[in-house]
Amino acid sequence: MSSTVIEQAVEREEPAAPQKNYLNADHTIKSWLLTGDHKRIAVLYLISVTFFFFLGGIAAAFIRAELTSPMGTLLNSETYNKMFSAHGIIMIFFFLIAAIPAVLGNFLIPLMIGARDLAFPRLNLASWYVFMLGGLLFIIALILGGVDAGWTFYTPLSSLYSQTQITLALVGLFLAGFSSIMTGVNFIATIHKMRAPGMTWFRMPLYVWSHYATSIIAILGTPVVAITLLLVALERGLRIGIFSPELGGDPVLFQHMFWFYSHPAVYIMLLPGMGVISEIMSCFSRRPVFGYKFVAFSSMAIAGLGFLVWGHHMYVSSQSVFQGIIFSLISFLVAVPSAIKVFNWSLTMWKGSVVFSTPMIYALGFLGLFTIGGLTGLYLSAIGTDIHLTGTYFIVAHFHYVMVGGTVMAFLGGLHFWWPKMFGRMYSEFWGRISAIVVFVGFNFTFFPQFILGYLGMPRRYHYYYIAPEWQVYNVLSTAGSTVLGIGFLMPVFYLLKSLKSGPIAGPNPWGATGLEWEAAASPPVTLNFDGIPKVVGPVYNYDAIEDSESFRREQMEKVTK
Amino acid sequence: MNFPIMPPQASEFAPKYDAIFWATSGLTVIFTAMVAILIVILAGKYKRGSKADRSNPSSHNTTLEMLLMGVPTVLGMIIFVWSAVLFIEARTMPKNAQEIFVIGKRWMWHAQHMNGVRENNEITVPLGKPVKLTMISQDVVHAMYLPDFRAQYHVVPGRYTQLHFTATKPGTYKMFCNIHCGTQHSEMVGYVHVLPQAEFDAWMANGGNRYLKTNLTMAEAGKQIWDDKGCGNCHQTLDNERAPSVVGIYGSTRKLTDGTTVEANEDYLRESILRPWNKLTTGYERTMQAYEGVLSEEQVLNLIAYMKSLGQGGTSPDKGIYQQPVKTGRDFPVGRKDPVDIANERASGGASQAHDLRNNP
Ligand code: HEC
Ligand SMILES: [Cu+2]
Ligand SMILES: [Cu+2]
Repeated sequence: MSSTVIEQAVEREEPAAPQKNYLNADHTIKSWLLTGDHKRIAVLYLISVTFFFFLGGIAAAFIRAELTSPMGTLLNSETYNKMFSAHGIIMIFFFLIAAIPAVLGNFLIPLMIGARDLAFPRLNLASWYVFMLGGLLFIIALILGGVDAGWTFYTPLSSLYSQTQITLALVGLFLAGFSSIMTGVNFIATIHKMRAPGMTWFRMPLYVWSHYATSIIAILGTPVVAITLLLVALERGLRIGIFSPELGGDPVLFQHMFWFYSHPAVYIMLLPGMGVISEIMSCFSRRPVFGYKFVAFSSMAIAGLGFLVWGHHMYVSSQSVFQGIIFSLISFLVAVPSAIKVFNWSLTMWKGSVVFSTPMIYALGFLGLFTIGGLTGLYLSAIGTDIHLTGTYFIVAHFHYVMVGGTVMAFLGGLHFWWPKMFGRMYSEFWGRISAIVVFVGFNFTFFPQFILGYLGMPRRYHYYYIAPEWQVYNVLSTAGSTVLGIGFLMPVFYLLKSLKSGPIAGPNPWGATGLEWEAAASPPVTLNFDGIPKVVGPVYNYDAIEDSESFRREQMEKVTK
Repeated sequence: MNFPIMPPQASEFAPKYDAIFWATSGLTVIFTAMVAILIVILAGKYKRGSKADRSNPSSHNTTLEMLLMGVPTVLGMIIFVWSAVLFIEARTMPKNAQEIFVIGKRWMWHAQHMNGVRENNEITVPLGKPVKLTMISQDVVHAMYLPDFRAQYHVVPGRYTQLHFTATKPGTYKMFCNIHCGTQHSEMVGYVHVLPQAEFDAWMANGGNRYLKTNLTMAEAGKQIWDDKGCGNCHQTLDNERAPSVVGIYGSTRKLTDGTTVEANEDYLRESILRPWNKLTTGYERTMQAYEGVLSEEQVLNLIAYMKSLGQGGTSPDKGIYQQPVKTGRDFPVGRKDPVDIANERASGGASQAHDLRNNP
């Protein structure tokens, strides 16, 4: 990489001895648990969300195993219901919402904009503790018997009828919500106030833009769901009538309040992933992201419009026809900015110099899966076609394409991309590529059959389907696929952990990427990120595809002639 | 092994639904293929080290962006309008529909036909005739889902919701609860039986041969409750100082003490019985007891059917479906009047229910 966008204020000396960095600066447990360093907090989050991901995965394994037979084999219905509730709640509130922002976002945002830390380091640490406390309460709720009302907690089932540990779980989620508000506030303040000299808004990597949009959604939406959950807990505990008709409440009100957050929450989970994809596509195509401004503004458009479409979850729930049609119209509009992004990412490769590294394979997988996820969303935002599909496995397939095919693929891609930055070592590229391909194949095997199941009419959250044994074949296919998917998810655990001990030293910029985190910081970065405050002088994504491809060919030629 | 890809089309709505479903699928396939081909071509052509021409690259093109926004928007709008029209059709209840009342409760479906025939986890409907389900839940939110009819609507506690379909093929079709409602949610399933009109009539005449608990039509059962609970002590044929009359109340416009007016539909009548003080009729005070917790949803439905049979829209009583003679071939416990007699008496004697009301001080 010849072109550099940075002038280091202070030249960094390459010391021969093992460099001090944020990981080895201090070794005590206390230094980790009381750290204000955004990078260390990111690592704490990484460990936590990985734990929750596999916990939620175990629940998923039980669900898939159970569905191989129309009458179930392992669990009774009560336990089955608790399994899918646990799976949904853990994956959404304790993995997807936190995964990219709290791990990669925490680690990268200060590095990318040239700051020494987030604006409020203590708030950042507090957010992790609040998150863990929420998680702990939820795990206690699980140990005491779990919850059975699904992650959607529809009233009055959740407020008056369910006999399970709902209240405790709600308090846990309430806390987890606060953690995401804290992170959002922190990001917004940091992005506004702490950009390095020369880091103008339009020189920010799109990754930062997407986190900016996400944070806005998080701080506007999360309080609403927090209050909603609290109201359910109040109705449960004190029988104050809010959502239960028996007590004079309105059950549909709950759905409005819940989806008012939970639709935008989809974007809280997705936008950061989109940011990751922008970075990866650009780096491994050696081109700036195509239509930078369109991509940046589409994130903001999604954040805004995303608040106006919650009613598309309620077309058949006794909302008026007119209301439903308006929600449907806006839902179609919000699809446009997402479509734009897919085309722009693809066009980024145009006249580029495309490298099929592990992160890139994950990113390309994301493009394919997210396209299918997005397009199948049309069936559900179209008010007429939604009638037959809502509540079925079609919806289950759709949102797994978006959440797993989108967010999880992006998270894994991002993790592989920035792993050398975070820990200073490279993983096995061979196993990395294999894992990306296994995840992609396993994913499609798991979830594509579910589209068909949904169209055939299989309701979600069904333990038994003895009434329709013809569905078994697709369920067996899906379970078989999920085994492959599970293996794909386990593989990185091994080779990434192995890389920590014995991976080759990465050096500050193993991918030859642009951006302050690569060009101005060591791998792993020092505690204060940079030796001096970097100054940005050129545009973002200053790649040179021609030069990259030419030099690569020269190298190849040399190898051959030798 | 069998790989079904489509549920049966058993209603008038189903083929219309499938048309838009497959059109959308077509678009989905085309766009996915477009993106996939674009990616494969670009990634292949511009693979690092390839000989492709990389000169004069550009990384933005406003016209192209507009095009990439415009085309999907236009196509999206077509799907949107098409599906909205379809939705309006699905949500407009036909006037001449045969009404069936459905109560969802954990974890079963309970259906009641106008003439009092009841069914559990089964609904029998005539072929080719619009059928309207008026539904309510006795506990949590459920959803009535009939995939083969492409019909679905939530069944909510505290308010009536409706759903209609016209079956086009005789046979037995699956019925599901499609909102998670607790432990045995996945067992809250059943069947819709579609019978040709003649068979349906015979089935009805046989008393439905299933779960016929009382031998009364819904309105008759309602009348019994009306008498048991002493509603007639206050409500009489004409408005009096104790209470307004409910003759012809269904479909009429009611004036309330707060000056507003409401249409007396099922939801209003239900609320007026369970929580009368929420909407007080002008000229009256809070003297009627709240029957919430006293009457079950089923009893309320029966009372409403009874009130409906007393004439609608402020007009005088007429003979609706309720008064049709019912024939049953079943034996009845000694000492109870055969429902055939009861029904025939009511229907033929011209003794409308309003008349009974009048005799009932
Ligand atoms: C103590 C006398 C009394 C009894 C008994 C009584 N009601 Fe009422 N009812 C009233 C009064 C007074 C009103 C008007 C004020 C209001 O809207 O609550 C009324 C209103 C109604 C209305 C609304 C009528 C309108 O004007 O819109 C309905 C329907 C009704 N009652 C049904 C019943 C039924 C069914 C029963 C028996 C289960 C019953 N009532 C028993 C006194 C009574
Ligand atoms: Cu949504
Ligand atoms: Cu149910």
